[in-house]
Amino acid sequence: MGILQILIVIAIVVLLVKPLGTYVYHVYSNDPNKTDKWFGWLERFIYRLIGLKNRPGMTWKRYAVSFLLTNIVLVALGYLILRLQKYLPFNPNGIENMEQTLSFNTIISFMTNTNLQHYSGETGLTYFSQMAVIMMMMFTSAATGFSVAIAFIRGITGKGATIGNFFEDFVKSHTRIFIPAAVVVTLVLVALQVPQTLDPVLTVKTLEGASQNIAIGPVASLESIKHLGTNGGGFFGANSAHPFENPTPLTNVIEILSMWLLPASLPYVYGRFAKNTKQGWVVFGAMMTLFVGFLSLIYFSELRGNPAMNVLGIDASQGSMEGKEVRFGIPQSSLFSAVTTAATTGTVNNMHDTLTPLGGLGTLAEMMLNVVFGGKGVGLVNMLMYAILGVFLCGLMVGRTPEFLGRKIEPREMKLIAIAILAHPFIILAPTAIAFLTDLGQGSITNPGSHGISQVLYEYTSSAANNGSGFEGLADNTPFWNLTTGLVMLLGRYISMIAMLAVAGSLVRKQWVPETIGTFRTDNGLFYGILIGTVLIIGALTFLPAIVLGPIAEHLKLG
Amino acid sequence: MNHTASNANCSEPSGKPIIFVALRASIVFIILCGILYPLAMTGLAQLFMPHQANGSLIKDASGNTVGSELIGQSFVDPKYFQSRVSSIEYKAEASGSNNYAPSNPDMLKRTQDSIAAWQKENPDVPISELPIALITNSGSGLDPHITPQSAEVQIPRISRLTGIPAGRLEQLVDKHTEGRDLGIFGEPRVNVLKLNIDLQTLLQ
Repeated sequence: MGILQILIVIAIVVLLVKPLGTYVYHVYSNDPNKTDKWFGWLERFIYRLIGLKNRPGMTWKRYAVSFLLTNIVLVALGYLILRLQKYLPFNPNGIENMEQTLSFNTIISFMTNTNLQHYSGETGLTYFSQMAVIMMMMFTSAATGFSVAIAFIRGITGKGATIGNFFEDFVKSHTRIFIPAAVVVTLVLVALQVPQTLDPVLTVKTLEGASQNIAIGPVASLESIKHLGTNGGGFFGANSAHPFENPTPLTNVIEILSMWLLPASLPYVYGRFAKNTKQGWVVFGAMMTLFVGFLSLIYFSELRGNPAMNVLGIDASQGSMEGKEVRFGIPQSSLFSAVTTAATTGTVNNMHDTLTPLGGLGTLAEMMLNVVFGGKGVGLVNMLMYAILGVFLCGLMVGRTPEFLGRKIEPREMKLIAIAILAHPFIILAPTAIAFLTDLGQGSITNPGSHGISQVLYEYTSSAANNGSGFEGLADNTPFWNLTTGLVMLLGRYISMIAMLAVAGSLVRKQWVPETIGTFRTDNGLFYGILIGTVLIIGALTFLPAIVLGPIAEHLKLG
Repeated sequence: MNHTASNANCSEPSGKPIIFVALRASIVFIILCGILYPLAMTGLAQLFMPHQANGSLIKDASGNTVGSELIGQSFVDPKYFQSRVSSIEYKAEASGSNNYAPSNPDMLKRTQDSIAAWQKENPDVPISELPIALITNSGSGLDPHITPQSAEVQIPRISRLTGIPAGRLEQLVDKHTEGRDLGIFGEPRVNVLKLNIDLQTLLQ
């Protein structure tokens, strides 16, 4: 039953990739289509409100400036709201203003689609902040990521000088994808018992006569976009493990599908833009293969349980249940963990700090590679970066100028890609080392031994991959952690985005090279293997030493 | 579309218009996604599904609200079915757990204490039948459920303390055992609060 319920969810994803991908392609292809009738009026109204008279295609630089400026404005306004939330409406629980470094961390975290949370929603945010900052940024950061990914796809597949208009993509991401989907998912979740209210904390008298305060709020409207936008920041501290955020296995499946379907359909969208859907399926196949590998690692090691607990003489046949909910058990918890770290959502329905060492390794590795589906758009962009790298390596082996989708890959592109690929491990490993060298960093570790190394490594990996989940035992609401992870999130998000837009901008202007019999094909089984190989080799070369010190050492010690 | 017509514009180096569009777009989406959307959702939820939208509160036999069916409670009295371990003692103004790593000695100590306490209160049930789920901390600290097996192993104790025949208690547990969702997703489970509400009725 455990494996079957996992396979059913994977099958649903595979079946929906094509229809959903086709829809997404039509949204951004900018060719007239049926959906214009439903959403065109709203978009025209928004274009008028924001003063966008016509929507010319942009160069990559203009596109980058547009999305950066929009994000900077949102960060500034959001920061103000957090710092002044006490004085704003919808604060029935009397919550105070947020501290400076925590506000900095929170606002960067949500704008970069990371949703790392050093606060607890129950006590740290007013309902107004939950709505106007958190939910708003869950939409806008997802729309930003999606737009940049589409622009990148246009760049590497299109002809002409431009990669689209950022504001048009940004508006359409909201009107045609995120808002309609969020409305539907919110209402379904409410029907399945996720609360949606502006009432303050409830107080009840329990069956034994004690008093119990129950935090509540507009949970469902956050829950839907939290997953759809691969954001992951919970309304409550316990995130999707909290019964109000995720009351049943059915809501668990809905949340998994919500965060997984859009990233999974993007490779197909890329195939449509490239006018060769096989290109997309090769990328999808590589992602799914890696995913199934990591999922199996997590599932089987959680099912095997914690050796230290298994020897105590109790009935431990269910597996490692510390940090997990009874309604989800091992299968729904493992699947959720594998999807949330693959899609860089960062929502959790069980505590990753409590995972068995190899289970934790599975989640960590998916974020280190950062190409297994990936968050809103970013995963596909990273995977295509590895695809170009793979083509380049093969080109070196046979001594030909590498080509990708009919265009020559030259030093400028390879330099940009090298920067993006190397930035990721650098912003993980360098701060991890700094944290170990300082008392400020070491002082926050709460689990002794090798696991403490994993806690720190996980925190920065999650920040760099813009995932946002945590080994939450880490006492991370201190200025040191707020500022360092804030910077890592910023660099993790924007270095690769800007570098990849630059690659797109440079490719889009190149002459097409006609395909010949000597052209290295990127739409067949051989390339699928090369792609997986490139990802695993680069990943292993950069992260293996750190992994050995953390989860692998802990695993060997536990037996 | 006017892409071709206005390609000339794109080379304009001036960043000035962009900042105004960015500013206005930010304000529009703060209002649309941050205010209108959640308020509209709250309105619809309250109008059509008030029970779910307000936390699925649950009443006991005499009609008093005793909690939410989704939020676990701490049961101190051994006459009641016990919930799982919770480091926050089911205080639902917050949520979470200790985040003990599998190798953390504190977790081992807590589990050994739980086992010792179990042996004292349940001398009739060997610890080899004690399910791991019952003596581990859920992620939320608010888990409303225990596994069916975790309920069954508590029957001998409750029967001894209350005088209710074990067969009657087994019927009660069966009644409150929920299967997998749609017959396939998740795990079979027992809602402890609902089970104890019925048990309380029997006790009176």
